[in-house]
Amino acid sequence: MNESLAIRARELTRTFGAFTAVDHITFDVRAGEVFGFLGANGAGKTTAIRMLTGLLAPSGGEAVVAGHDIRTESEAVKRDIGYMSQRFSLYDDLTVRENIQLYGGIYDLPPAEIRARMRRMLDRLGLQRSESALVRSLPLGWKQKLAFSVALLHEPRIVFLDEPTGGVDPITRRQFWELIYEAAHAGTTVFVTTHYMDEAEYCDRISIMVAGRIGALGTPHELKAQFGAASLDDVFVRLARPERAAGAAGAPGEPLAPRGATP
Amino acid sequence: MGLAKRLGLRRILVLARAEVLHVVRDRATLGQLIVVPLVQLLVLSNATTFTIRQTPAYVVDFDRTSTSRGLVSRMAASGYFRIVGRSASPDAGSDAMLRGRATLVLTIPTDFEATLVRTGTAPVHLDVNAVQGSAAGIVQSYAARVIATYGDELGAIIRPSMRVARASAPEHVAPPARGAGRLEMRVRGWYNPSLDYRHYMVPGILVVLVTIVGTLITAQNIAREKEAGTLEQLNVTPITRGQFIAAKLLPFWVLGLIDLGLGLVAGRLAFGIPIRGSVALLFGSAAVYLVVALAIGLWISTIVETQQQAMFVAFFVLMVYLLMSGLLTPIDSMPAWVQWLSQLNPVRHFVTITRAILMKGAGVRDILAPLASLVVYAAVVLTLAVRQYAKRAA
Amino acid sequence: MNALRGLLRKEGYHILRDRRTLMVLILMPIVQVVLFGYSIRTDVTDVRLAIVDPAPDPVTLALRGRLAATNLFRTVAVLPRASELEPLFKRDAAQVAVVFEPRLGERLARGLPARVQVISDATEPNTGVARQSYVAAVIEAWDRERRAAEGGRGGGIQIVPDSRMRFNPTRESSNLFVPGLMAMVLTIIASMMTALSLTREKETGTMEGLLVSPLRPWQIVIGKVAPYLAIGFIGVIAVLAEARLIFHVPVRGSLALLLGEGLLYILVSLALGIVISARTSSQRVAMMAALVGTMLPTVLLSGFIFPIESMPWPLRWLANIVPAKWFVAIARGIMLEGTGIAYLWPETLVLMVMALVLLAVSARSFNVRLE
Repeated sequence: MNESLAIRARELTRTFGAFTAVDHITFDVRAGEVFGFLGANGAGKTTAIRMLTGLLAPSGGEAVVAGHDIRTESEAVKRDIGYMSQRFSLYDDLTVRENIQLYGGIYDLPPAEIRARMRRMLDRLGLQRSESALVRSLPLGWKQKLAFSVALLHEPRIVFLDEPTGGVDPITRRQFWELIYEAAHAGTTVFVTTHYMDEAEYCDRISIMVAGRIGALGTPHELKAQFGAASLDDVFVRLARPERAAGAAGAPGEPLAPRGATP
Repeated sequence: MGLAKRLGLRRILVLARAEVLHVVRDRATLGQLIVVPLVQLLVLSNATTFTIRQTPAYVVDFDRTSTSRGLVSRMAASGYFRIVGRSASPDAGSDAMLRGRATLVLTIPTDFEATLVRTGTAPVHLDVNAVQGSAAGIVQSYAARVIATYGDELGAIIRPSMRVARASAPEHVAPPARGAGRLEMRVRGWYNPSLDYRHYMVPGILVVLVTIVGTLITAQNIAREKEAGTLEQLNVTPITRGQFIAAKLLPFWVLGLIDLGLGLVAGRLAFGIPIRGSVALLFGSAAVYLVVALAIGLWISTIVETQQQAMFVAFFVLMVYLLMSGLLTPIDSMPAWVQWLSQLNPVRHFVTITRAILMKGAGVRDILAPLASLVVYAAVVLTLAVRQYAKRAA
Repeated sequence: MNALRGLLRKEGYHILRDRRTLMVLILMPIVQVVLFGYSIRTDVTDVRLAIVDPAPDPVTLALRGRLAATNLFRTVAVLPRASELEPLFKRDAAQVAVVFEPRLGERLARGLPARVQVISDATEPNTGVARQSYVAAVIEAWDRERRAAEGGRGGGIQIVPDSRMRFNPTRESSNLFVPGLMAMVLTIIASMMTALSLTREKETGTMEGLLVSPLRPWQIVIGKVAPYLAIGFIGVIAVLAEARLIFHVPVRGSLALLLGEGLLYILVSLALGIVISARTSSQRVAMMAALVGTMLPTVLLSGFIFPIESMPWPLRWLANIVPAKWFVAIARGIMLEGTGIAYLWPETLVLMVMALVLLAVSARSFNVRLE
C-alpha cells in the first residue's frame, strides 16, 4: 500500500512553546495526484510543509515522504523532492543558465545531462533567448515558471509548492497550472498550497486546514456536497469561521479568511 | 574519484562558483572587498598614529639669554614641536592652552643661564595639556629628551667631561675622550629605527582587512540569503551541511587572502613598510586565522535573521576583539586580567604574528605559541559554528 | 497632536520589539566604557628586560642590581652573547635589553671608556622609546653617583625639566576617552539608527502610508527621531555615570552646559541621519553610508583616540567638517579643564551652524519627497 502513497502523515504535530501550529494532522497523498493544501493565513500550512520537506523537525507524530521517515531520514527525503517557496527563491543576480547549473550540480546531475534538460526546459517555457539574462530582469510570472521548472530539474517524485502563484495575473496563473498538470501527467506528485479557490478546483483532492487541524479532506466535488455549498469559497468560509455560524463573536487575533480570489 | 564524490566536491564547486558570481555582480560587496580595504589602508595608516609631530608649544621665556633662546630653537628644530608664540607673560601661556592653541607650555625661569653656569643644573617648567589624548606622556618625554640633549650639548661646550649619546637612531656614538673611565651609552631601537608609526600600524590594519572580509562580510552574506529565501531553497536540497559551509566559506577564504596580498602591496608601495620575514609564512598563518574569522562570521549568521542584525552583532563582536587585540594600544599596557583574557582573542594572536613576521623577520619557531593558539581556536570555533548551523530547525 | 503621539508610540514599539537591536543599543555604551577604559592605555609598566653580560664583574653586577631594584623592570634573561637576543625579541619575550661590554669594570678602573648598549623593541615607537629612556635614565643615574663618589661633581650640564600634567595630572587614560566615547555613542544611536529606521520605512513602503496621512512632514520627522533622541540622551548619562563610578572621571565644569552641548550634538547627528536616509533607498546602503560617513570619522578624526595634530594635512583639514571633533573639544573642555562657554563659544558656534545647515538640508529633502 505504501508504494502507491507519496506522503503518509499520521498525527503530525508541531508546537512553538505553548502554541500548537500543527495539531495532530493525518492524511495521505497518493502518488501522481495534485494535492491542494488549503487554509487561512496562520492555519499551519507553511509549518506543515516545512516539516514535510525536512526544514523543521516535528514535535510529535510521524510522516513518510517518498518512502523516507521525516524524523530520521530528513536528508534522504530531500533527494526525492523539489520545493518552491512562497518567497521567490532563485538567485536574482545569477543568469538563468547559472541558476540551472547550480541546482543541477547540487543534485549531482552530470554536466551533459544538465545541458540537455536545460535545453528542453527553456524550449518548453519559450525562454531560449533569455538563457544569459539575469533572473532579476525577468518578469515575475516568468521567474515563477522558471523556479517551478528548476524545482523539477532533478525529476523528483514529489514537488512541494508553497503559494506558487502569489501576486501574478490570472493568465500567468493559468499557464502555471498547465505546467503543474504537465508534471502530474509525467508522474510527479504535486503538493500545493494556495489561497485561490479557483485553483483549488484544479486539484485532484484538497484538504482545508483550520487552526492547525485538518477541517476537511476530499475531492472538490465531495467537499461541496458534504457542506452543501455551491462553491469551495463557501466551504472555506464555513470551515474557517465556525464561530460566526455558531453566533459567537470572532475571537481577537483570529485570522480573516480570504474572500474570493483576491485575499 | 570515490573520495571526491563522497565529499561532494562537485557540489561544493558549483555552489562556490555561484558565490563568486554573487560577489562579482554585486557592486556593494565588490566595493566592500576591494575599494574599502584600500581606502582603509591609506586613511587608517595616516589617521591611527600616535606620532608626535608638530605639537603646538608656547614659550614663556623670562630669561631671554642666548642659552634660553638656544633651547627654544632646539625644540623647534627637533620637528616634534611647533612654536606657536612666545612672551614673558605666564597668563599668555595659560590662555593659549585653555584656548587649545598650545598643548605644551615651556617656561624658562629668570637667571636660567646664570644658574646653569654657576651650579651646572637649572630647572625649566613644562606644562602639558594632558587632555590631548594618550599623547601627553609622549609629548612630555620627547620634550624631556630634547632638553636633556641640549644639556649634553651645552656640557660639551662648558665642561666636556661627560657625554651620553642619546639619539636612539640612527646610532650615534660620542667620540672617545681621555681622562677618567667613562660609561658610554649607545641607545638603539630595533625593528623600527626610523620610528615610523605607520610601519607599526600597517601590519595591524592588514589584520583588520582580513577580519572584516572573514567575519563581517561572511555574516552579512549568509544573512542576505536568509532574507532572500534562497537559503531555505538550499536547505531542501540534498546538499549536506559540510558541503554548504565549505562552499560558502571557500570563496571568502580566498578573497581574504587576496585582500591581504593587495594590502601588503599597497602598504609596501605607499609607505615602504618592511617585509622582513617569509611572505609564505604570513599567508600560511593568515590561512589559519581566516578559518577562525570565517567561523565567527558563520556563527553570527546562525543567530541573526536580517542583514541589519548581522551587521550590528558583527560590529559589536569585532569591536571587542579589535580593541582588546593590541592593535591600537599595546597589550602590555592593559591591566593583568585583561591581558590574560586577551589570550582568548584570536585577533591578538594574529596581530602578534603579523607584526613579528613583517617587522622582526620572525620564523615559524618564533611564532609557534600564537600560531598554535590559532590552530586550536580554528578547530574549536569551526566545530561550534558548524554544529550551530542547522539545515533543519529544531 | 494626537496623531503625533500615536506615531511616537509606534516608534517606541518598533524599538522595544526588536530585542537584538535594543540589546546592542543598551549594551554598547556600557560595554564600551569598560572596553575603552581598559584597552586605550599606553602606560609603560612591567618592562621585560634582558641582560647580556659576557663576563660578569662587580660593576656589571652592581648595575644589574640597580636595574632589578627598579620596580618597573623584570629581568627575564641573562645571556652570555648578544646574538642570543634576537630570538627573545622575536618571540616578544623581551622588550628591552642592556648589553655590557666584556671587562667593563676593568676598563672603567683603567680609565678607559666602557660601552653599554641599550636596545629596545621599537616596533611600537612610542612605548619603545619610553622603555629605552627609562633604562637609560637608571644607568645614567648610577653613573652619576659613581663619578660623584670618585670625587668631583657629577659633571655635565643638566637642565632639569619639571613637568606638570595639567587637567589630568595622573594622565589617567580613562579621562581621555570618555568625551570621545559620548560622541561615538551619540553618533551610533542618533545618526545610524535614525538613518536605518527611516530607510526601513521606505523599504517596507510604510513611509508612503505616513506621507499620505494627515501628519505634517515635520511631525513625521519628530515622531521618527524623538525616541532616538531619548535613547541617545540616556546613553550619554549612562556613559557619564559609569565612567564616574568605575574610573572616577570628573566633570569639573558645569554639568548642565555639558548636557546642553550634548543635545546640540544629538541634533546635528540626527539631522545627518535624516540626510543620509533621504539620499539612500536601501538599509544596506544606508548602513554603509552611516558607517563610512559618520562612524569612521567619529572614531578616527575627532581626536578621540588619535591626536589630529599628528595627521597629514588632508586629514587635519577633513577633521574640521567632522562634528565629533568639535563636540570632543567641548566635552573635554567642560569635563577636564573645567572651562565654560567663555572659552568654548567658537566650537559651540560651529556645531550650531552645522545643526542649522543640516536641518535645513534634511527638511528640504523631506519636502522634495512629498511632491
